[in-house]
Amino acid sequence: MKADRNAVEAQFKGTLGAFAIDVAFAAPGHGVTALFGPSGCGKTTVLRCMAGLTRLSGRLKIDGEVWQDDRVDGSGGTFLKTHERRLGYVFQEASLFPHLSVRDNLLYGERRAKSAEGGVSISFDDTVSMLGIAHLLDRAPLALSGGERQRVAIGRALLSRPRVLLMDEPLAALDRLTKEEILPYIEALRENVSVPIFYVSHDLGEIERLADTLVLMDRGRVRAVGPLAEIEADPNLPLLRAPEAAVTLDARVVGVDRQYGLTSLAISGGTLIVPGRERDVGAHCRVRISASDVAFVRAPVAETSILNCLPVRVVSVAAPNGDDAQINLVVALGEDGGGAHIVARVTRKSRDALGLEPGVSIYVQIKSVALLT
Amino acid sequence: MPEFEHLWSPIRLTLELATITTIVLLCVCTPIAWWLARSRARWKEAVATVVALPLVLPPTVLGFYLLLLLGPNGLGGPVGGLFGLRTLAFTFEGLVIGSVIYSMPFVVQPIRNAFEAMGDRPLEVASTLRASDWDAFWSVAVPLARPGFLTGAVLGFAHTVGEFGVVLMIGGNIPGETKVLSIAIYDYVETLQWTQAHILAGAMLVFSFAVILTVMLIDKRLGRVGK
Repeated sequence: MKADRNAVEAQFKGTLGAFAIDVAFAAPGHGVTALFGPSGCGKTTVLRCMAGLTRLSGRLKIDGEVWQDDRVDGSGGTFLKTHERRLGYVFQEASLFPHLSVRDNLLYGERRAKSAEGGVSISFDDTVSMLGIAHLLDRAPLALSGGERQRVAIGRALLSRPRVLLMDEPLAALDRLTKEEILPYIEALRENVSVPIFYVSHDLGEIERLADTLVLMDRGRVRAVGPLAEIEADPNLPLLRAPEAAVTLDARVVGVDRQYGLTSLAISGGTLIVPGRERDVGAHCRVRISASDVAFVRAPVAETSILNCLPVRVVSVAAPNGDDAQINLVVALGEDGGGAHIVARVTRKSRDALGLEPGVSIYVQIKSVALLT
Repeated sequence: MPEFEHLWSPIRLTLELATITTIVLLCVCTPIAWWLARSRARWKEAVATVVALPLVLPPTVLGFYLLLLLGPNGLGGPVGGLFGLRTLAFTFEGLVIGSVIYSMPFVVQPIRNAFEAMGDRPLEVASTLRASDWDAFWSVAVPLARPGFLTGAVLGFAHTVGEFGVVLMIGGNIPGETKVLSIAIYDYVETLQWTQAHILAGAMLVFSFAVILTVMLIDKRLGRVGK
């Protein structure tokens, strides 16, 4: 399952009221696949279709198992009811059962899941300790805070031994501080539980921290599907044109300078130095490089306060948008341009002064790198 | 002590009638309330209206139609025949049927409201946790609608205890069979037996108060545990 990049195949088409949906995408059988797009683009509907809570015609295959397959000619086909699908679903509001204690909420799905089914196999105790809810077990759901409730809801979904975990904006109803409190638990989930997660959100910050694969949606259609960094650095897609354009890259700690408190991170095509000394060598993390933090220099500058200066090759230069002073560039790290793509934003004047054209080899200075996880 | 027996018989009969009626009502009204709360059929409001009719019909009108229905020329003939009866009118069984129909809106409405207030979400959650529809109904819908059931049961019981017009029309006044409390009180007043009327009326007042208070307290207590 791990190696299969198309373990999940989904295709739905139909109308709900006046809203038309026509989506098709394939996603890997591991990691977090984010369904991302503006409010009302249909991403929640897609997730509900995957769960069988909403029915549109289409097909859905999860790791070789057909959950829905409507024949084109309308004869027969397959449609598993929600309770026959081995999935976990986390709703925007935790929706715990108010008549059951936290413990019984957690056990509701576990008791009904057949252990022979496969899927996530995580014990009750591990779930409880991973989500930090051990002290809440005997409480009633209404006595919990919003963040605690959502953690219990996540645990409840996990304990039903799902083969896919569907999360519908699980943080949207929470305040900023509570979000920050829960995000690490969802990150832990990604690391510790080998089940594909489909995560609906309209918050780019959540996506940057969590997503491996992005399904970019707009008005009931899929604009693009692919690894997060690729979509972020695609000049034809809206993410690069947004004011907060950035790329998110996977990194590995390769060195820690205790004296200065600096950590070296290997990314595809180069090494970055970031402040901090908390991480161990070998640890994996995720960094975010904002387009407005990237500057170009013709040659490495010897004396500068900027630590990160990397050779790159220009991949593409966006056509100016009207008479905007700034334009977006995509560059590939490494002298041969074989590394990760990052994005940069420079003025038209600088582009002309430096002769930034596709294929040009040059250096970038990266003013700051945000360590996300 | 014949005097005591005279007083006790209608009380016992009333309690029996109300208890059996309440049980039958819960069995009959739960699926109706569920359907009314969940169905998207256009004509469901027509069904809801039929169920609600006893609220506005004079008991005598209802009693009249029930009398025709339960009598030997109505359904009462063939159905009663199954139990070896010529008719269901003027029988205890007939009273139960009449009471169920008469009190139905008082039981259906609170249960339907409770199912509707719950919304789709708890059932959707249950289905994502592998609960079949039947399982989810018992493990989620019924517990969440508990206040509705409690209210419905109390109202159904109390309403049956307090029923008069319909009983008079379809039950007659047969001691030990159809002479329930309200009819007995009416009889005593008619025949100027004020003492007996006082005892029964007073007992009914105290009983009704006690039942409703108890249920309210239980509901409050349960409600707190659930939170």
